[in-house]
Parts: sequence; C-alpha cells; structure tokens
Amino acid sequence: MNNRTYNAITAPYGLWMAVFIVAPLAIVAYYALTDAAGHFSLENITQLSLYTDTIFRSVWFGLVATILCLVTAYPLAYIFSKTKASTQTVLVMLIMIPMWMNFILRTYAIMVLFEDTGIINHFLQSIGLSPLHLINTSGAVIFGMVYNYVPFMVLPLYTTMTKLDYKYIEAGRDLGANGFQIFKDVMIPLTKPGIISGVTMVFVPSVSTFYISQKLGGGRYTLIGDVIEMQFQTAYNYHLGASISLLLMVFILVCLAVMNRFGDAEEGMVV
Amino acid sequence: MKENVIITLKDICVAFDGETILNNLNLDIKDGEFVTILGPSGCGKTTTLRIIAGFQEPDSGEVIFDNQVMNGVPAHKRRVNTIFQRYALFPHLNVYENIAFGLRLKKMKEDAIQAKVKEMLALVDLRGFERRSIDSLSGGQQQRVAIARALAVDPEVLLLDEPLGALDLKLRKDMQVELKNIQQRLGITFIYVTHDQEEALSMSDKVIVMDGGEIQHIGTPEDIYNEPANAFVADFIGESNILDGIMLSDCRVRFSGHDFDCVDKGFALNEPVDVVVRPEDVDICAPEDGMLTGVITSVTFKGLHYEIIVDINDFKWMIQTTDYSAEGETIGILIKPDEIHIMKKSKYSGEFGDYSSFSDEMDYISNAELDITDLDDITEVDEDE
Amino acid sequence: MKRKTTVLERIYLALFMIMLYTPMVVLMVFSFNSSNSTSVIAGFSLKWYAELFKDGATIAAFRNTVVLAVISAVISTVFGLVSAVGINYTRNRYYKKTLLTTNNIPMMNPDIVTGISMMLLFVFAGTLMHRQGVLGFGTMLIAHITFQLPYVILNILPRFRAMDGYLTEAAQDLGCTPVQAFFKVTLPQIRPGVIAGAIMAFTLSLDDFVISYFVSGPEFQTLPIRIYSMTKKRVTPDMYALSTIIFLVMLILLIALNVIQNRAENGSLRNREKVAK
Repeated sequence: MNNRTYNAITAPYGLWMAVFIVAPLAIVAYYALTDAAGHFSLENITQLSLYTDTIFRSVWFGLVATILCLVTAYPLAYIFSKTKASTQTVLVMLIMIPMWMNFILRTYAIMVLFEDTGIINHFLQSIGLSPLHLINTSGAVIFGMVYNYVPFMVLPLYTTMTKLDYKYIEAGRDLGANGFQIFKDVMIPLTKPGIISGVTMVFVPSVSTFYISQKLGGGRYTLIGDVIEMQFQTAYNYHLGASISLLLMVFILVCLAVMNRFGDAEEGMVV
Repeated sequence: MKENVIITLKDICVAFDGETILNNLNLDIKDGEFVTILGPSGCGKTTTLRIIAGFQEPDSGEVIFDNQVMNGVPAHKRRVNTIFQRYALFPHLNVYENIAFGLRLKKMKEDAIQAKVKEMLALVDLRGFERRSIDSLSGGQQQRVAIARALAVDPEVLLLDEPLGALDLKLRKDMQVELKNIQQRLGITFIYVTHDQEEALSMSDKVIVMDGGEIQHIGTPEDIYNEPANAFVADFIGESNILDGIMLSDCRVRFSGHDFDCVDKGFALNEPVDVVVRPEDVDICAPEDGMLTGVITSVTFKGLHYEIIVDINDFKWMIQTTDYSAEGETIGILIKPDEIHIMKKSKYSGEFGDYSSFSDEMDYISNAELDITDLDDITEVDEDE
Repeated sequence: MKRKTTVLERIYLALFMIMLYTPMVVLMVFSFNSSNSTSVIAGFSLKWYAELFKDGATIAAFRNTVVLAVISAVISTVFGLVSAVGINYTRNRYYKKTLLTTNNIPMMNPDIVTGISMMLLFVFAGTLMHRQGVLGFGTMLIAHITFQLPYVILNILPRFRAMDGYLTEAAQDLGCTPVQAFFKVTLPQIRPGVIAGAIMAFTLSLDDFVISYFVSGPEFQTLPIRIYSMTKKRVTPDMYALSTIIFLVMLILLIALNVIQNRAENGSLRNREKVAK
C-alpha cells in the first residue's frame, strides 16, 4: 500500500474531525461575536464583566480542589508504588471502580451524607455532639470536586511513581540528602510528568463543572459551568453562553500551554 | 545472456532525502551461489537486499530475475524469501503456524502442509517443536524457525539480512556452519548481508564489498583478502599496513624509502600506488639484515602471536609475530615479493592503514560504534519504503 | 523493590478508601431500607427495586443507554481502527501532526464546551435545513462517536509502535498481499489496543452526561440524563436502588476485564518460564 492509500483512508477521519470538532468551535466563536439578529457585536463579550465574581470563584474553587487532590493523592500514589505488585493491582482497581460510577450518582451520594438530616449529622447527634452544617457550603462544593476527581490525580501519579527507580532515592540518600531534600530535589522533579498530567485532569473538569455546585452548593455558589448551562438550557441566550464558553476554553488552553512549558510536552499526558 | 545468472541488478540508483544510498549499482548473482554483501552500516547493503526482495523500488535501474524485469512486482509475487534481522516471527502464531504461513497462502492441502512443516523442522533440527509458542524459544531456536519458515515455500533465492547479528558469539559460529550446510544441501542461492568480515570470509563463495552505496570489490574470499581492490577493502577485511608507493617498473615498487621486488605489473612508470602488506606477512630479523629498520613502540600479547607496532620512517606498522621482542628495541623487517600487494590510488588512499593511533581501546570503541550505527541502518530502512 | 509500608501509611490508605467508598456504601445500604428516610434504617426491603422496575421512563433510558453505547462503540472502534492505520503509516508529517493535534482537542477541552459547541452546530445545521428539534438519537450518536474516536485512536497507535515493523514485510515476503498481511499479521498484533479502545469507548458512552445533556432531545434520554432530571427533584430511594445496580454491574465488568487481562499475561509468563528452564 502506498502513501496515497494511507492518506485516503484517513480522509473520512479528517473530515469528521473538521466538521464535528473544529467547525463547532468556530460556531461558538461566531455566536460569541454576534447578536440575536446575526450582526457582529461585542455585547456578549462586554457582558462577561457581569460574571466577574462567578469566574473568579470558579478558578478559585478549581485551584483549591486541584491542590487538595494533589496533596491527598501524592502520598497515596507513593504508598501504592511501595506495595507488592498484586496489591497494587487491587488498589488501582479500588481507585478505578468509583470512576466507573456516574459522577451524578457520586455527587448525589455525597449530598445524601452531608444533608442537615443526613447520616453524618444523625451519627453526630446519636453520640451526643451538635450537628454540623455541611451541605450548601463552599467546603461541600470543593469536597465534591475533590471526591469526584481525585482518582484522575492518583492514577497518573501512581504511573510515574512505578516507573521511578528506587535507586534514585537511595542515590540521593547516599549523597547525603535528608528526607525533605529527597522529596524536593529527587521525587518532585522525577514525578513531574505525573503531576502535570494529574493537575490538568483535575483542574479542567473542576473549573468547568456545573452539577456539583448545584447539588452541594445549593445554588449559592454559581460557577462558570452553571452560567453556561443556564444560558443554553433555561435562558436560551446562546450568544452569551457562547461567549462565556469561549472565555472558558481560551482560559483552559492558556493554562494547558503554561503547564506544558513546565514539563516535557510529550510526557505531559500520562493517562 | 550470461550463464545461469538468476538475478541481475542493472544501474540501480536510490536516494533518500537527497542522500545517495545506492549509486549506479551493477550486480550479477549466479544460481546456487552463496553470495555475501559485506560493508559497514549505511553502505547500502540492506537497501540492496530490500530491492531484490521487492520491499523497496529503486529510483532508477532494473531488477532482473531470470531475464524478466521485476521492477514494480510486489514482494509477495517474487520467488525470493527473506530472513529478517530480528527474525520477524509472528508472535501470535506457534512454531507450526509460522512455518505453515506461506504454505497456507499457496492453498496447499493440510496433509501436505503437515509433511512440509515436519520436513522443515527436521532440516533445522527442531523436531517436536510444532506446538511451542514463539516467545518460549531461545534466540537460536527462533533463528531456526525463521529459516524453516522461509525455506518452506521453496524459494529460488534466500535473502538473509544480518541473520546472526542478535546471537552470541558461540551460537553465531555454530549457525554459520549450519547455514552453509543447509545452503549446500538444498543447492539454492543465498544472498547474505553482514558487516562481519570473518562471517563473510568463512561462509561465502563470493563476497561483494560495499561502501558509500558503491561496490568496492567483488571476488572470492581469497581474492578480497589477498588482492583487495583498494585501501578501503584492504582495511575493512583484516588488518593491513597501507603505504604510499611508486611503481618503478613492472614487479618493482618503492615505498618507505626502499625498493622492493613484487609480483604486480601493468602500472604506468612512476605511477603513485597504495601498497598493502598484511601484518602476518612481515618477518622480523636483526636490524642489520632488514630491508627496513624501526623501533618497537608497543607490544601486545594476543595468544597465538604478539602484535607489535613498529615505527619505520615515521610510519607505524602493525606486525604479528610469534617471536617476542621488547618495547624500545630496534628491529629489521623482511617482506617477500608475493606478500606485497599493489593497488591503484583511490578516493580511500591515505585514509587507512596507519597504526599511529592504534590501541586495543580504540578497537573496542570502534566496535561499539558499529553496533550503534547498526541501529541507524534499521531506522533508515524504516524511513523509506 | 522490597519496601515496607509503615503503619502510618496504612492508616492513611485506609482512611482514603473509607472516604472514597462511604458515600456509595451508604447509598447501597439505604437502597434496601423499608422507609424513605436517608438517615434511619427502618428495616430490610426490596420495595425500591420493585419501584424502579415499574418506572417505564428509567427502563427506557437504560435501554437507550445500552443501545447508544453499543452502536457508537462499534462505529468508533471500526472508524478509529481504519483511521489509526492511516495515521500510523502516512508519510506526510504535517498532515499527521495536524490530525493528532485535532485528535487532542476533545480530550483537552472541557466537556461542557464540547457539548455546547456540538449543540450549536446541530442547531445551526437545523436552521439551515429549516427543521425544528434536530436533537435526538442521531445527534447523540454523532457526539458519542466524536468524543470516543480520540480515545480509540490513542489506544491503537502505541500498539503499532510496539510492533516489529518487519512483521508485515515478512508476511508479504511469504506471499501475502498487503491487505492479507494486515488482517493476518498486523491486526492480531494491535488487537489488545483495539479491544481496550472499544471497551473505553463503550464505558465513556455509558458514563457520559455532560455532552449528552446538551445534544439530546426530549424523546431520547439516556440513563445519566434521566438520573440528572430525577435528582433535580426530591429523590426517592429507588435512585439508590438504581445506583446500586449500576455499581454492581460496573464492578462485575471491571473484575471480568481484569481476570481476562491477567489470564492473558499469565499465559505468556508461563511460556517465558519455560525458556528459563
């Protein structure tokens, strides 16, 4: 088979991606820059200023959730990599099983736990403690993000750590590094591809989520995703919705570009 | 048409990314011969083989099998088969199915296939291995399966691309003998590609030495060792001292400030030439009896002989001798007329044959380098198609 | 590498797993509750499961989900396989790079952006064709194929790289046409990647909510969309029952997959041991 044959059999794929990936993004940009009558307009872009609070809140929540995931997952992945191969298989499966469960159900399960009359408060009262107000707080929303997306942080970190040769750590010790120095100068640089991959895979869905905040924030912590969903599903202002989506997309792309400059672009995606 | 020539390559040129891989290659291969294409990596030997196999089309020139031009005929329609560098056995099939692969494509009956596979396994001494999986075999066994698989389809010509490269030294020696036996028993043509000069010399009826996409020398192993065509061939095959000389007349040459008798003729008067003297052909004597005299700069014990480096008129000679001489000693040397080989000047003149920077360490490094550039050879193959 | 985990590390591991599983275990336990309380267990009962199976809309959504997942996974696997072959063998580096970059877009982009962008495309195409209500099974299928394709391709491509490139040449050398060589040699070699891609495509389809939510119409709902609309109201424990069933099905699938993989690995391991002897 010659080169032309191979180019020809990729043509349907190229066409498909052009029509269903590239063209839709162009249409998003088109809607963002036009008004309801189809005329060019920057109104939707200027209206974004109304959502400054929402935007900053989304980024803030996303950042906090990502950092919490990293801090929780890093030691966990390290512990995973230390266990026997058979234990590792089981542990990885235990991490993956919840991922196979729909995130709506997972979020809903947290809601059930956190409710004022939910099981946690019921338990606290039964042992004589005063109930806690958990649901509809910013903490609950962030917990929801961490709970849903922490497996995406654990798995890439675990993958890079299993590839990490323990000899490097021994060499570090041999050269006189203490525990913290080994962590900072050996572990972190060697696991950077996993960190970058995990951070990307947690930050992107966290910053763009719309269901978690509705269920666990009780509508008090509107995020970018909620605004987009509202514009498309209830307010039917596609033009405004498109401009917010465009902003979100550009923001994410800039973040990814910055992230990739920190690490080896090719190793950036460890799935 | 020349007698019993079965493959002819005529004016073959190949370039890739503007780099010449084969430059105007002409070659005849006779029926039943064991032909070895020998050369350093990147010399175009693998490309030559791939052109014969049909994996690659030349940019220009003709590939002729039995008086038929084969250009444009795809690999699966050519009656030549290949043993690949790393065998390329199908990992998802067992030994039996690997060997039966080509037979099934010929739509042979199952009992005929069974008989043929059995015969082939006997030929390569692997009786009873039918049901074994490929990754349960050692390197040498995989090699045998690869041979059986290629021979099962009764090729007229078997192409072997560095088939023993992945085996360790001991196994390689055994397989050399075995391959030669199989070739003689079946009487089919083998075209064998290697960078190992010893392998080439010990197995072949005919050796083709290549470098830079060009054939440097075609001849019997004895020819290319004793009468190398140029400095490249002399240096690539074995060890050589190559000196600048001047032909004074037929059978009379001057080099290193001394006039020698030799057996070569047909050069112009006072023509500058390259003179080759093999290290084992130099005799050592007392300084006063020597044709040339020099000081020993290094002595290495090699088991069978000592390898000594002698500085004679600022040229470092390598000499292999069974007599021990000490470093710093002055010695004389004697060279018989028939041990002097005269070559025309070529683009390789002056590049090889001086041992001034020679050491065992260098030898080791240059071998290691060979292995690395070997891989380049493979990627080069992967690039084009 | 023999390194012991410390007690502290084990406690940490246990706490993490408890955090991960408590919500789901609680849901499962309360799915068998005879009252509809979410905090007090009144007694064991299967009545919520009975309720669930009486709910026609949920059953229909379940059927839709499976139908969509099977069809989209089959199409994207075949489509992805053919495309991966082309991408792998094409010599035009810029073309290859462009395709692979485009391939990454749906994986990098937030799902919500992919979802609304496709919705806008379908609506836009609908207005061009003067049709209302274009959103439905067709648009869902297109969307699912689109977000599955990159994963299928990225599962297959590395298999080509891991394969000995001379195998296809060896097949042709022994008499295969290029097409025969592909089916007899190349395909068996890349098959693990194809299977992994197909399974991934299938589960992505089963699990997807965000993209489906934007490109679905009222007459074709999948289970995640159905769950979403149910959780918008006050929820009855038949949702817990549904979660429990989904959880168990997923668990069985995952374990089965693992067993299959392990068996394959052990097989080749045993062979390698034979060599060692």
